[in-house]
Amino acid sequence: MRRLFRSRAWYKFSRSWLSVAGLATILVIALVTVVAPLIAPFPEHVGIFVDFRNTEQPPGWLYFFGTDDNGRDIFTRVLYAYRVSFAVGLLVLAIAVPVGVILGLLAGYYGGLVDTVIMRTTDVFLALPPLVLAMAIMGYLQPSLFNIMLAISVMWWPWYTRLIYNLTRSLRHEGYVQAAKVSGASDLHILLKEILPNCVPSLLTKMAFDMSFVILMIAALGFVGLGMQPPTPDLGRMVAEGVRFMPFDWWMSVFPGLAILILVLAFNLFGDGLRDMLDVDV
Amino acid sequence: MALLETTDLHVRFELFEGMSHVLNGVNLKVERGERVAVVGESGCGKSLTARAVLGLLRHTNAQIDGSVRFDGSELLSLSERGWRSIRGRRIGMIFQDPTAALNPTFTVGDQLFKVIIRGGRARTKRRAREIAREALRHTAIADPDRVLNAYPFQLSGGLAQRVLITMALVNEPELVLADEPGSALDVTVQEQTLRLMRALGDELGAAVLIITHNLGVVREFAQRVYVMYAGSIVEEADVDTLFHAPRHPYTRALLEAVPRLTGEMLPQPIEGVVPDYTAAPVGCRFHPRCPHAQPACQEPPPVVDLGGGHRVACVLPEAAP
Repeated sequence: MRRLFRSRAWYKFSRSWLSVAGLATILVIALVTVVAPLIAPFPEHVGIFVDFRNTEQPPGWLYFFGTDDNGRDIFTRVLYAYRVSFAVGLLVLAIAVPVGVILGLLAGYYGGLVDTVIMRTTDVFLALPPLVLAMAIMGYLQPSLFNIMLAISVMWWPWYTRLIYNLTRSLRHEGYVQAAKVSGASDLHILLKEILPNCVPSLLTKMAFDMSFVILMIAALGFVGLGMQPPTPDLGRMVAEGVRFMPFDWWMSVFPGLAILILVLAFNLFGDGLRDMLDVDV
Repeated sequence: MALLETTDLHVRFELFEGMSHVLNGVNLKVERGERVAVVGESGCGKSLTARAVLGLLRHTNAQIDGSVRFDGSELLSLSERGWRSIRGRRIGMIFQDPTAALNPTFTVGDQLFKVIIRGGRARTKRRAREIAREALRHTAIADPDRVLNAYPFQLSGGLAQRVLITMALVNEPELVLADEPGSALDVTVQEQTLRLMRALGDELGAAVLIITHNLGVVREFAQRVYVMYAGSIVEEADVDTLFHAPRHPYTRALLEAVPRLTGEMLPQPIEGVVPDYTAAPVGCRFHPRCPHAQPACQEPPPVVDLGGGHRVACVLPEAAP
């Protein structure tokens, strides 16, 4: 830990207090989602639960973010909704990044027919508006955690293919790639050990920014009703359902909305910091 | 049998502008343990020759004809696997810019160990480290461990160059290709590079094919020289003969164009430029720039053997200087 704070990387990252604030926010939220069952004031409010005596309570000491029209604590539900956002965000990247990276490396390195087939396929995916594509997929499949993740991944990998493709195109002419080649390195070695490590800074930065886009996308799907289905809490759905009670019972939409805003903002600030630290353009 | 022999090597590229016929029948030979230079202007095909010899023109749109024989076996028909068993083990290469030839994301040691392990000299990293340490000491690096643990950007140009020489020579190849070694560095470091390459080459009995545009380097380093112009060898001779009795008009012009330290005379530039390869001159490719050009130059020039390994591709091989 001390080595980290004394490193050059940390020095560059910490030049902007906003990036540090972003990172801190992410860490706090991540921690909170992990221990949500322990700290949530009303864990039973996550599921099917109705409390007619306490419907539409304004924010207060008992209910930090107020309650919804079923009398459920919004703070608790936001904590649990964060779990979904985080999990789906990470899973989408876990699928889209490896797929995108492998295809990008192959297309960029070999060129020719491989290049044409892979890159034209990405063009097809990129030509469709991402939200519409995800909505189409979600409309066809059952809304579930797995299917949401799948739908978003399907439209996310082409961006990574593009990024890695462009980097590979320029890196394969670097002296050290040629040098590895003349020292008898295999293509696999060149792709994984020479080119890929030099893509990592751009990749990490893009992943940080993409976490915020994926979280927004999940919220958008939830907002139109294609996200997690009730009673599972979903930030987008909570905003959508609270709208009916605006402007009097404002807390029902505003707090879940703020929750989205803070997480998205945090990942963006963190991404900015990474970009400065790693000195890349994405 | 020569160690390396290219016979009538042609390389063409298909471009929008048409067929670019860059290498136009290159014949060169390197004997075991010999230091040979290929010299010529920028863009005359020197580096391309080296790349063709190492099979680096795959995945490009190059069309290659002719033959490249290494130790008696044909290289151009090798599979990728076959190439890999040659590259780094039997043929090493040294690049122009040493800092660009090291991967910035790994330490020097990691990269050097990989080369050693790949070359079959060691199986474990520990053993590779011993070999690397020894090899670096050989290149007059006093503190090998510091260099092995350093990242490339922490090395000076001279150190990086020595590391690269070590990488090229550590597997004791029979032939080393050096593409303008050290020309991205300042002259004193370049001088060191050449000395080191000569010393190590002699010690290992490795042949060196050096590619350069610097006649000073040729004079100092090589035993035999090929002068290349626009994708053809125009003259070949041992170093003394070439510098004292050059026969091809291009060789002479090249020698005239060298700046001198005395400062009495400005060098004489060669008029014109290296031709466009999509519409290269017919016959002798130098004739549009040649002061002695004549109608016969429209035909491919004969290669005249003047004895003692001195050959010149010109219709006027006896022309007085």
